[in-house]
Amino acid sequence: MKKHTIVALVQDRPGVLSRVVGLIRRRGFNIESLAVGHSETPGISRMTIVVEWEDVEQVVKQLYRLIEVLKVSDVTNDPTVEREMALMKLHAPPAKRPEIVALTEVFDAKIVDVGANTMVIEMTGSPSKVQNFIDVIRPYGIREMMRTGRIAMVRGARGHTAEEYVESANGHAERVPAMN
Amino acid sequence: MSEKRTGAQVMCEALIRNGVEVMFGIPGGAIMPFYYAMWEYRDKLRHVLCRHEQGAGHAAEGYARATGRLGVCIGTSGPGATNLVTAIADAMMDSTPILAITGQVGSHVLGKDAFQETDITGITMPITKHNYLVKRAEDLPYVFEEAIYIATTGRPGPVLIDVTKDAQQATIVPNWDIKLDLPGYKPNYRPNLKQVREAIKLILSAKKPLIIAGHGIIMSGAVEELRAFAERTRIPVITTLHGIGAFPEDHPLSIGMPGMHGWVHVNRAIQECDVLFNIGGRFDDRVTGKASTFAPNAKVIHVDIDPSEIGKNVKVTVPIVADARLALQAFLDEFPPDREAFAELHGHASDWMEHIREMQAKHQPKQQYLNRSDTANMSLPPHDVYAALTKALNSRGNYRVVTDVGQHQMWAAQLIDWYRPRTHITSGGAGTMGFAVPAALGVAIAHPNDTVWAICGDGGFQMTNQEMATIVQEGIKNVKIAVINNGYLGMVRQWQELFENKRYSGTPLSGPDFARLAEAYYWKGITVEHTGQVEAAIEEAYATDGPVLIDFRVEREVNVFPMVPQNKSIGEMILESPHQS
Repeated sequence: MKKHTIVALVQDRPGVLSRVVGLIRRRGFNIESLAVGHSETPGISRMTIVVEWEDVEQVVKQLYRLIEVLKVSDVTNDPTVEREMALMKLHAPPAKRPEIVALTEVFDAKIVDVGANTMVIEMTGSPSKVQNFIDVIRPYGIREMMRTGRIAMVRGARGHTAEEYVESANGHAERVPAMN
Repeated sequence: MSEKRTGAQVMCEALIRNGVEVMFGIPGGAIMPFYYAMWEYRDKLRHVLCRHEQGAGHAAEGYARATGRLGVCIGTSGPGATNLVTAIADAMMDSTPILAITGQVGSHVLGKDAFQETDITGITMPITKHNYLVKRAEDLPYVFEEAIYIATTGRPGPVLIDVTKDAQQATIVPNWDIKLDLPGYKPNYRPNLKQVREAIKLILSAKKPLIIAGHGIIMSGAVEELRAFAERTRIPVITTLHGIGAFPEDHPLSIGMPGMHGWVHVNRAIQECDVLFNIGGRFDDRVTGKASTFAPNAKVIHVDIDPSEIGKNVKVTVPIVADARLALQAFLDEFPPDREAFAELHGHASDWMEHIREMQAKHQPKQQYLNRSDTANMSLPPHDVYAALTKALNSRGNYRVVTDVGQHQMWAAQLIDWYRPRTHITSGGAGTMGFAVPAALGVAIAHPNDTVWAICGDGGFQMTNQEMATIVQEGIKNVKIAVINNGYLGMVRQWQELFENKRYSGTPLSGPDFARLAEAYYWKGITVEHTGQVEAAIEEAYATDGPVLIDFRVEREVNVFPMVPQNKSIGEMILESPHQS
């Protein structure tokens, strides 16, 4: 099974995250990463879902069944910018700090907190770069770590603005009455 | 309209505004304000008190399936809501438009494990088309409007609204100036003409074309269009279990039901056909058998209003996302672009039909199964019941038949003659035992001038038969129940006989004396033990001005044939028990 990156535009209503996750869970797939946040338009959120799927087209269609889902794209094969953020609280006694600072600079990460024996480092980058940094820094002793999950955006003019969907909300589909 | 209203009054008014006339439910603590308000509106909103919320849900389904209108069911919070779950799941599988209204504990105790609290929106998320938790009375007009719109448009389905008790009690000035805001919900009704033309090209090139008519024909009201299209093209028509009634079975182009218990000639025709035109059917696995071996030579045209159905189970050559009626209208408008090809299609279609009829004559399904030699020594073979019932239905007309789930359901689909839409109502996708009696209640209320026959097995009947009391309380007289009583969970027993070496594990089933049980419910009860008594019993049921139950104590171990074993190709049908000779 291939890993797929799905980007979904959804209406910001209660339960929408649950519905999306539930639909994927129903098919027995494990979500590897999920990130949700506001889009450029109020009331609309963007989700990035990374999951191993065999039949991604079918799941994309199923997601469209959800009332709040506006747009779903499988961007796996598209040129995308992908980012992830990790916060790491390191075991950092004074003697080790120069090495850690040096590595942090090499990876373009940021030191955001320094305590008596700890440092918190913020690392943002492509998922593989974040992973490389974690691998390098791990021997110093990671006390706590949090990762945001991946967010992805298609490069260039392609992609979907939330605006198009807000605009089209005027009125609703004609109702065709059943007759028998 | 600027008068103050309670949330509960708003709920009643929202239903009335949307044309709701009848609701099925049971009150309880968290839904009491709604019932309190209902009293004021009792002239416009009829409430039917059921005996179990599952019954209320199935009754709402029966009403919806018999009319095409919204069915409404009500339960209180907690167990009242969870009892609705089976019916909601059933409605989801069969695309039935129902609205389930549940009470919820007060919003101040929501999520605190309050008395009779259940997260019903969480529970029903995967089995509703959409659902809502309403905590503010101000939201009720919009939510009801949107919920009913979603339930009844596009591919219909169940919608649940869970309303906290305080939202029902709060007093507000309702805002009925509603503009729906559903940017993510735009069902596509009109077909893409390019695809229609492509499909027509495919049909014109066919030598062995077939139409499969599914539930979508009935839901969209496309019966006339289907008939016109079939007659113009002369393509043979298959009707699925839910497509029964979409095409009259006495029509020369009708060839019958496909699938697990479909006819031999129908399944063989599917395996041979070169173009398969499925309108409003979803290629259920009970239709396709092993999907990878289904219709191996066919190019498939699939019309469905739900894009996620297309390509789900069967590979499709021409997908058409549309309402079945509008799609067929487009096909009629576009046909025929090429007179020569059209004439050729006619020629092929009649040769093909001849071939199908030859296959049918070889197996003579209906006659063969109605006059089986192996039933000669039986005092009451089930088929004799269906023969007599079919005769009575045909001679009197005005019938609706609701079937439960199991052997009796398949016999009904196979052996009764079906002509009109919404006369055959059954639980297909979910296969819910206990569906028939409460669904018949809903159908009888929708069609008081028709005779509503509920055909049940003795297993499913014992799951919801308490709704017989509801039928009496409501003064309903046009319901007759036929229990095909073989003392087994018959369909499972059949599988055990055929595939598990007759290990009848958990299938022998005793029951009470059903006729006496009926009498206890103030019904007329009749027991039939011999073929000779069948006709008189049915006559008596018709002659009785009130509900009647007939307990047909049929031969215990008769099987439904033909049968495609699970996970086999529909070309591999079993025609008789290997154990009998």
